[in-house]
Amino acid sequence: MSNPALLQVENLTMRFGGLVAINDLTMTARQGEITGIIGPNGAGKTTFFNCVTGFYKPTQGRMTLTPPEGGTWPLQDMQGYRIAKKARVARTFQNIRLFSGMTVLENLLVAQHNKLMKASLFSVAGLLGFKRYRTAEAEAVERARQWLVRIGLEKSADIPAGSLPYGAQRRLEIARAMCTDPVLLCLDEPAAGLNPKESLELNELLLDIRKTNEIGLLLIEHDMSVVMRISDHVVVLDYGARIADGTPDQVRHDPNVIRAYLGAEEDEPLPAVVAQDLGEA
Amino acid sequence: MTRSLFDMVKDAALAALVAALLALPLLGFRLADSAQGLQLETRLSWVPIAAAIVFAGRLALNLAAPWLAKWKDRAPAGKPKLETAINRRPLYVGLAMAAAALALPLTPWGDRNMLDKGTLVLIYVMLGWGLNIVVGLAGLLVLGYAAFYAVGAYSYAILSQIFGLTFWECLPISGAMAALFGLLVGFPVLRLRGDYLAIVTLGFGEIIRVILLNWASITGGPNGISGIQRPSFFGMPMTASSPGHTTFHEFFDIPFAPTQRIVLLYYVILLLALVTNLVSLRIRRLPIGRAWEALREDEIACRSLGINPTASKLSAFALGTAFAGFAGCFFATRQGFISPESFTFLESAVILAIVVLGGMGSQTGVVLAAVLLVGLPEWFRDLAQYRMIAFGGAMVLIMLWRPKGLLAGRTPTIRLNKGEAA
Repeated sequence: MSNPALLQVENLTMRFGGLVAINDLTMTARQGEITGIIGPNGAGKTTFFNCVTGFYKPTQGRMTLTPPEGGTWPLQDMQGYRIAKKARVARTFQNIRLFSGMTVLENLLVAQHNKLMKASLFSVAGLLGFKRYRTAEAEAVERARQWLVRIGLEKSADIPAGSLPYGAQRRLEIARAMCTDPVLLCLDEPAAGLNPKESLELNELLLDIRKTNEIGLLLIEHDMSVVMRISDHVVVLDYGARIADGTPDQVRHDPNVIRAYLGAEEDEPLPAVVAQDLGEA
Repeated sequence: MTRSLFDMVKDAALAALVAALLALPLLGFRLADSAQGLQLETRLSWVPIAAAIVFAGRLALNLAAPWLAKWKDRAPAGKPKLETAINRRPLYVGLAMAAAALALPLTPWGDRNMLDKGTLVLIYVMLGWGLNIVVGLAGLLVLGYAAFYAVGAYSYAILSQIFGLTFWECLPISGAMAALFGLLVGFPVLRLRGDYLAIVTLGFGEIIRVILLNWASITGGPNGISGIQRPSFFGMPMTASSPGHTTFHEFFDIPFAPTQRIVLLYYVILLLALVTNLVSLRIRRLPIGRAWEALREDEIACRSLGINPTASKLSAFALGTAFAGFAGCFFATRQGFISPESFTFLESAVILAIVVLGGMGSQTGVVLAAVLLVGLPEWFRDLAQYRMIAFGGAMVLIMLWRPKGLLAGRTPTIRLNKGEAA
């Protein structure tokens, strides 16, 4: 636990009318670590992401982001795009949201919008073709190219993003989020719909991002082979509340987690097979 | 799939029956105004004629079906050649068109009539390009574009009447006023999407028109404003004589001709249209232009990338409406007279039709569609009665054959692997 905290969530609650989607959640994600968030369907994982990235305004609670360069951002008070722009929290979506009619390269340039807008003096310098803007654009393209090489899509840079194969679209969405230069990257089920080989490549990409970019990652995932293999830390949600928190190994053997996944009642003993499994491990 | 002759005849007979049923009320009876008041006349003989025409036509179509199918198969799948050619070399096509437009007044065809029509078409080309920024790039469906056109036109007319400002002084003011109105309308309504935005802008268009109709003390109400100042050439009026000023023909020491003013107007609108085109081509390649296109594709993803959707949409709105303002200012000076009649919903609809038929986001498509929708009806004024039929027919055909517009297709704003055409 040497890494400093990046995102501290305290007593976060999100209600939709009578439904409590997130119930008094407290957790911490650290710099340079992959924090996995798992839980059965409807446990509130995506709602949690939507709170962190500003798509929902939480009913109660605090979310504090402490970027490595100092300062703090109270995410619960920030709105929508400002979280991505100022606090530099980037995200991907469960159902891929690329700009499918635009080319792969353009997708990565849109991600660098704010930097380029400043360089183009809000379009004035760009319209007049100042050198300052052209240099900035060339840098942005170079950055995009490096990411394309990293995700193996350099050859496809000029085709519409929507015509890429599914696995490539997933990788592109991650690269697009990374092009915003985030301190925290939130990935909503990045392995969904990938075949085992693509899933392995994704693991490597995420580990590589953690290592070379030294940012924090939040990862929602159903694919246990991804979560358990690459997470440094796993938080388990059920009915909006945290039921377990620890290393992948600790979580794997937590009786509460097994109950939540297999649907046993609180006071029932664990099913024999599971108990035996645990005993062996 | 070849059908027997009997089947074809049966099918044609069925069509003829339907035609006869429809023709009976539509053609068989008519109200005639006579001395005794309205009377019902019958012309039942028309009904079998209509049925016979439909029968023959349907039978011919059925007989020709195998050839039609073969012809359709022979056409290459995907884009037609012309479109591919235009999309591949947009720069050359554009330059050629601009050169042709520049040279028009010098050619033998460039008589007064032709230049008048050319000016009219160019106004719509400019309006189409302006609206293309809002609809084609940013994907905001605006049904009241003529309102901003009206704001530009009235800004000039009123300023020139009250303060005696000239066309060139008012041109930027008109654009700024239209952009201001665009921002005023846009700010509250841009959070609406698609259909809702369309309805609100439609309403706004009507509000502007009604205000122009009723605020008679300023706008002249239904009588409009007349005697609007004509544009000058660097301060030299284009008149036969002007006390206290050197006129255009005196300065260049050439005989006065009324055509000179027409040529000037033509070049002014050509310049304005080309500026609109250059700005929209250029801005598309800038971050803000890419953000507009990205917003059109997926607003939620844009927010997740830190793009401010409201500010981006507002800037698209302001820019698009500013061009409507410039065009309006030009319209006022060209006509010399404006009234709310010129800014009805039909006007907005025609401009939107130009953008949609041309192929959203296609600059060349807008020119083609403007020539088709505005130019051709001007040349075939003799057939004015059939204009609406032709208009509707053309719409149906285009929607059937080219549902994405005449020149659909998007060229990337930037390429990584240059030279290798995708």
